[in-house]
Amino acid sequence: MNSLILTSIEQGLIFAVLALGVFITYKILDIADLSVEGTFPFGAFVFARLVSSGADPIVSSLLAFSFGTLAGLLTSVLFIKLKIKPILAGILTMTILYSVNLRANGRSNVPLFEYSSVFDTGSKLLVLMIIVISIKVLMDLFLKTETGYLLIATGDNESLVKSLGQNSNKYKVIGLMLANGLVALSGALMAQYQGFADMTMGSGIIVIALASIIIGDTISKNSNRIKATTRAIIGAAIYKIIGGIAIDMGLDPHDLRAVNAIIVIIFIYYNNNTAQIRRFFNKTSGVLSRTPNYKGGEIDA
Amino acid sequence: MLRINNLSKSFNKETDHEIQVFKGFNLEIEKNKCTAIIGSNGCGKSTLLNMIAGSIMLDDGQIILGEKNIGELTEEKRSIHIGRVHQNPSMGVSPSLTILENMSLADNKSERFTLRRLIKKNRIPEYIRLLKELDLGLENQLNTQVRFLSGGQRQSLSLVMATMKHPDLLLLDEHTAALDPKTSFVVMEKTKEIIERHNMTTVMISHNMKDAIDYSDRIIMLDKGEVILDRNSDEITEDELMEIYRMKISRDIRMVRAKEKS
Repeated sequence: MNSLILTSIEQGLIFAVLALGVFITYKILDIADLSVEGTFPFGAFVFARLVSSGADPIVSSLLAFSFGTLAGLLTSVLFIKLKIKPILAGILTMTILYSVNLRANGRSNVPLFEYSSVFDTGSKLLVLMIIVISIKVLMDLFLKTETGYLLIATGDNESLVKSLGQNSNKYKVIGLMLANGLVALSGALMAQYQGFADMTMGSGIIVIALASIIIGDTISKNSNRIKATTRAIIGAAIYKIIGGIAIDMGLDPHDLRAVNAIIVIIFIYYNNNTAQIRRFFNKTSGVLSRTPNYKGGEIDA
Repeated sequence: MLRINNLSKSFNKETDHEIQVFKGFNLEIEKNKCTAIIGSNGCGKSTLLNMIAGSIMLDDGQIILGEKNIGELTEEKRSIHIGRVHQNPSMGVSPSLTILENMSLADNKSERFTLRRLIKKNRIPEYIRLLKELDLGLENQLNTQVRFLSGGQRQSLSLVMATMKHPDLLLLDEHTAALDPKTSFVVMEKTKEIIERHNMTTVMISHNMKDAIDYSDRIIMLDKGEVILDRNSDEITEDELMEIYRMKISRDIRMVRAKEKS
């Protein structure tokens, strides 16, 4: 396999873990949680700290997840108890984590080449696939449980959750914790993959996560049979492959972030205006080919 | 039985815009009866219903349901005893979930939500039975997302979900106001059937005098946080009710004009 495509898929799988996390807040709970920009490097730095003190890489990755859930807890306390708007609560957590990350290792870049990683056990692709598929299966199972459905209902209609005698805030906390846990795990995996943890690795990460989710949704929009979790994973992989191809074709890596954002804008616009866009193309093709579509009442609509 | 003792409520407290909606308000609602509360906008009927349900907290007083003062409980704690159907058909359901998933959620009401599977296959025949009673064909669309249902279908589903666990009190918050007249009639009839079958204690808010008379046992008219009429529904006709309503409005208008002149 072309090494560029292989790298893109591997990185796509790491971002799939990130996308699955952000999927919980963005798609299920309908909360714009920006704390992930801090939790991603946080996961990497927690991992770096632990593994450099001699801990096992698997244990360190799991602990990165746990510390990530604590970051989610912080955001939810700011948001629910202190009634700070979710977007600001996320930014505050992110800002706090910036200092925590520096404190944890005393510097902004920690090389990890000399330490062992979860990838030592086998091929990177295989290890990542096992991780992503396990998370996906666990998440799908969780979303079928009583608690999981309440998480969905909380994002959908809080008053229903209250009418069931349940405290909807509890489910927001669970959602934010799980989401940030997964994002931190993704950060820990990225640190192991690239061989270092870096302060800047989190900036713009929310855009990558959103791009993955939105691309996944757009591509399999009309198929209810593909689970949303699968779509997020496919979206992350496609997103990375598109980026890989673009760089291969000569895109300046400096422009990558802007291109990321533009991809998100285009896909969101497409999703919001699918009907209009279709009508526009139908009309133009109608004019060109004089199909009955043009003669029908549609032109007036 | 529902008893409201010495209830007080103001909005915008300690500002220039303070409005006292209720002051020392008392009301008794009989068990197993349907009581309709009517009145013009701003009379306090929605505030009253919201205070019973717990979505607005009271300033002072007691709300006693059965033997228990629920006035201090949070909305979700009260929900265990209360079923509510809102005016907006989307309020009582989770639109992105299917009918089956919504029914399963309602079936688990007031129990612990754990890590068991939500959908219990052995309960499906019961859901089908309940949906069949609505006669809308919803039992054949168990796997349809609720957002694809019409307003009337959603409201009927909300009704079934709110009454599934036979709450001590059913609150109907103008629940047919957002529907067209024909659908509104169908939903009202279904409501009546369900209330009668389970002998449910019901408080219904309505703007529709005819519905209030046809479907309730007792009518209460509120005005500025006070009961100005309290009758059995079979003792009063729609015309009489309209007359009282009109008189009240014309009196209000006269008062406003008099105030303006002075």
